[in-house]
Amino acid sequence: MSRLLAAVLAAFIAVPAFADVTLLNVSYDVMRDFYKDYNPAFAKYYDAKFKDKVTLQQSHGGSSKQARSVIDGLEADVVTMNQSTDIDAIVEKGKQINAGWEKRLPNEAAPFSSLQVLIVRKGNPKGIKDWNDLTKPGVQVIVPNPKTSGNGRYTYLAAWGYALKQAGGTDAKARQFVTDVFKNVPVLDAGGRGATTTFMQRQIGDVLVTFENEAEMIAREFGRGGFEVVYPSVSIDADLPVAVVDKVVDKKGTRKAAEEYLKYLWSPEGQEIAAQNYLRPRDPAVAAKYAKQFPNVKLFGVSDFGGLQKAQKVHFDDGGVYDQIAASIAKK
Amino acid sequence: MAGATNVHRSIVTTEAPWVRYTLTAIALLLIGLFLVVPLFTVFYEALKKGWALYFEAMIEPDALSAIKLTLIAAAISVPLNLVFGVAAAWAIAKFDFRGKSVLITLIDLPFAVSPVVAGLIYVLMFGAQGWWGPWLMDHDIKIIFAIPGIVLATVFVTFPFIARELIPLMEAQGSEEEQAAMTLGASGFQTFWRVTLPNIKWGLLYGVILANARAMGEFGAVSVVSGHIRGETNTLPLHVEILYNEYNFVGAFACASLLALLALVTLAAKSFVEWRAEQQEAAARRDAVE
Repeated sequence: MSRLLAAVLAAFIAVPAFADVTLLNVSYDVMRDFYKDYNPAFAKYYDAKFKDKVTLQQSHGGSSKQARSVIDGLEADVVTMNQSTDIDAIVEKGKQINAGWEKRLPNEAAPFSSLQVLIVRKGNPKGIKDWNDLTKPGVQVIVPNPKTSGNGRYTYLAAWGYALKQAGGTDAKARQFVTDVFKNVPVLDAGGRGATTTFMQRQIGDVLVTFENEAEMIAREFGRGGFEVVYPSVSIDADLPVAVVDKVVDKKGTRKAAEEYLKYLWSPEGQEIAAQNYLRPRDPAVAAKYAKQFPNVKLFGVSDFGGLQKAQKVHFDDGGVYDQIAASIAKK
Repeated sequence: MAGATNVHRSIVTTEAPWVRYTLTAIALLLIGLFLVVPLFTVFYEALKKGWALYFEAMIEPDALSAIKLTLIAAAISVPLNLVFGVAAAWAIAKFDFRGKSVLITLIDLPFAVSPVVAGLIYVLMFGAQGWWGPWLMDHDIKIIFAIPGIVLATVFVTFPFIARELIPLMEAQGSEEEQAAMTLGASGFQTFWRVTLPNIKWGLLYGVILANARAMGEFGAVSVVSGHIRGETNTLPLHVEILYNEYNFVGAFACASLLALLALVTLAAKSFVEWRAEQQEAAARRDAVE
């Protein structure tokens, strides 16, 4: 008995052989699959180039929740988020990342982008074609919570922007439009993955609004037969930014590996893996190669809202427009 | 004897048989719907794609590390609370002192507080922006988003189980036996070891089983302080959530079935302990009569 116990203990205490460098990538929900492919590719590249082993650890959750954890001391070497405001929050509140991070890498430090699409049930029984169909009575819309998830915020801004771009669109009309959309939301999950599970696994709702790349994941996991992707007439360009966490890498001495890890995202290999995961690549050659899977959609940027930081302040901070909309819906 | 029970029943329940049977049927139906069916579903989903995948999900490195972390958290927090629970119950049940009711209330606090709040307390204290965060950072001590934080959160939520189990038991037993031991010249430790402990051992074991079950199953508080690093700071319940979010339903339910098995073992152990305690009490009563 005691020998068995010793054997069990030994098995548990035995730590896997430590690699030379360990990087923790704190990321958001729907990026799991991309980094599952990207991490081994990068480890191989790094080993070949620097004769150094690198072990990659992952942590996933809602984008803002993850940023909050980094602010509270989760020792991430790199953060890969879906909104620049989440990285800005780390700069401001935690000071673990130095200001000017978006200038240190190309494309405002966003190696790829995505956009919000509408996912409907097979055959599109409710005839959903564009954003205005989400306000129809009897249509249930599944969206993650804009307070905790960048995915939800992009949906909110996309709907707002759509209403603004209609003939005679004003901020007041856009606000009413967004209110009508959120009136049709039966559950608000905290993150994008939770929303997908609600829609696909629990079969709640008529339309799921999420990133284009998440649609591909649904196809891989649940099969292509169960749903259809609807590209709306306009959508929002969602840049997905990355940054090295200066304070952590300087303390751990992992700066070189962390910077290489992010730079490699812009390499043809990194861009190709992105495209395979339905993230819209920056590299023109890779973009041309995968053009077929990325239909042309008219896009507007967050610059229409004066940048994400301003949008955050006006719409999503406590007491902002989203809170007012949520309160007005709750009253009814 | 049989006649006696019949008479007994007819006095207590005057309802018609069909009322009794309907009520019983409703109760059984609810138990089946809310307890048995979900439990069955967990095992069904876990084994849906065969035993091979089931075991693969369990010996996968991230799952093993989650199991390991769960065991570590329980192995540290349960003994800690064992010592604390016995000490607190001993003090409360056998002595009178000022502030006793405050102590009792404090012990109950973890029951009253939501586990999420419990987790946030530690983030506010030990987080990088918390009270001691900068000092801890400077000295390179990791509490939250590492094993110590997970253990702390587990200790917090399992705090009351053992003390709450022992206090009524010790109060019911009174302190006559201890007083007798003292007059016969026993030291404080001897009194505790030879008189008090044998009297409470079944209650104690019961408390330990409950605390252990909660320690291994805790989700909320641990989730807040974990940081969710795969293979590092994920306990079994957190691992289940991650797998589920990755659409790995077999893996998620396989690990969930492990937790469900743990619950079943706990229940069996609990029933056994209750049964033994009852037997012992009956024996004690017989002895007293003789």
